[in-house]
Amino acid sequence: MTTEVVAMHMSDGIVNAPTSLAFGVVAIVGLAICVARARRDLDDRTAPLAGLVAAFVFAVQMLNFPVLPGVSGHLLGGALTAILVGPYVGALCVAIVLVLQALLFADGGLSALGTNITNMALIGTFVGFAVAVALRPLARRSRAGLLVTAFVAAWVNTVVASMGFVLEYALGGQGLALGTVFGLMAGFHALIGIGEGIITALTVGAVAAVRPDLVYLLRGQRSELTITEATVR
Amino acid sequence: MNAPVKNRRLAGFLGAFLLVALLLAGGASYLASGSPDGLDAVTQTGCSESEDTLQGQCIAQNAGEHATAGSPFADYAVGGNEALTGVAGVVGVIATLAVAGGLFWVLRRRSDT
Repeated sequence: MTTEVVAMHMSDGIVNAPTSLAFGVVAIVGLAICVARARRDLDDRTAPLAGLVAAFVFAVQMLNFPVLPGVSGHLLGGALTAILVGPYVGALCVAIVLVLQALLFADGGLSALGTNITNMALIGTFVGFAVAVALRPLARRSRAGLLVTAFVAAWVNTVVASMGFVLEYALGGQGLALGTVFGLMAGFHALIGIGEGIITALTVGAVAAVRPDLVYLLRGQRSELTITEATVR
Repeated sequence: MNAPVKNRRLAGFLGAFLLVALLLAGGASYLASGSPDGLDAVTQTGCSESEDTLQGQCIAQNAGEHATAGSPFADYAVGGNEALTGVAGVVGVIATLAVAGGLFWVLRRRSDT
């Protein structure tokens, strides 16, 4: 073990092997669906943007911010990526970040990749997107509406993703009473979610200010977009 | 608006986006809190850390040594040197951009023209 606490994600052995394996399968199936559906959302303009969104999530995940004495939090990135590049591409962005963190930076166990991807890339991204879509009329109404939408979607994505861990712990973890794990995870992530919300609102707000056409949530249906693009050309 | 101007503006926007990511990972990362994050704080509840080892009973006692702990960039350092966190951050941003950008470029719908 190193002195500095620099690991941010679940390590190997936090949940038992069957649970790790089961969520490995969940992650593989989920990501396979994302790869199949992502194609529709990627073109010559959005593919480079999506690559940068992934790189941006990697960068911001390094920036742990304090939430309580002795406790920090960092961006998970689900709502942020989903709002900017859509849920399928967004989940792949977060998953790629998690895989590289585990392989290159020894952050997040290799056997815990399934649980980490399930929580942050799949649950976080799709829950965040669902909230953002529910609030989309608000997001389209005004800039303030968009910022509120991004904040709320990000807060919910953080708290619900942390509940993914509680579920995995309930199935295959030991060492602390389940109720305590639930209470601490919910409490910490309710606070971390505020930071996630602020970062997500700032980022989405900045992109929307310069290139609203690149914000997935604000775009119309695929067909509408194609028509608009054709008209512009 | 004609296509070259559109492309140049997009390239400018994407370049600015990359610059922000590089500055955050390469510079702002030095300001990051060193406290355990919410998840680690929970898994370490019940333990205290002394002499690089966890004492007491907590979830983190079940954690194994990381399989890639020998990576040159392990723990966001370079060869164990934490003063080079910014370098590790820049490497991570570029690696992520290469892998994600490469995958998305391969997956993208080709334009009809």
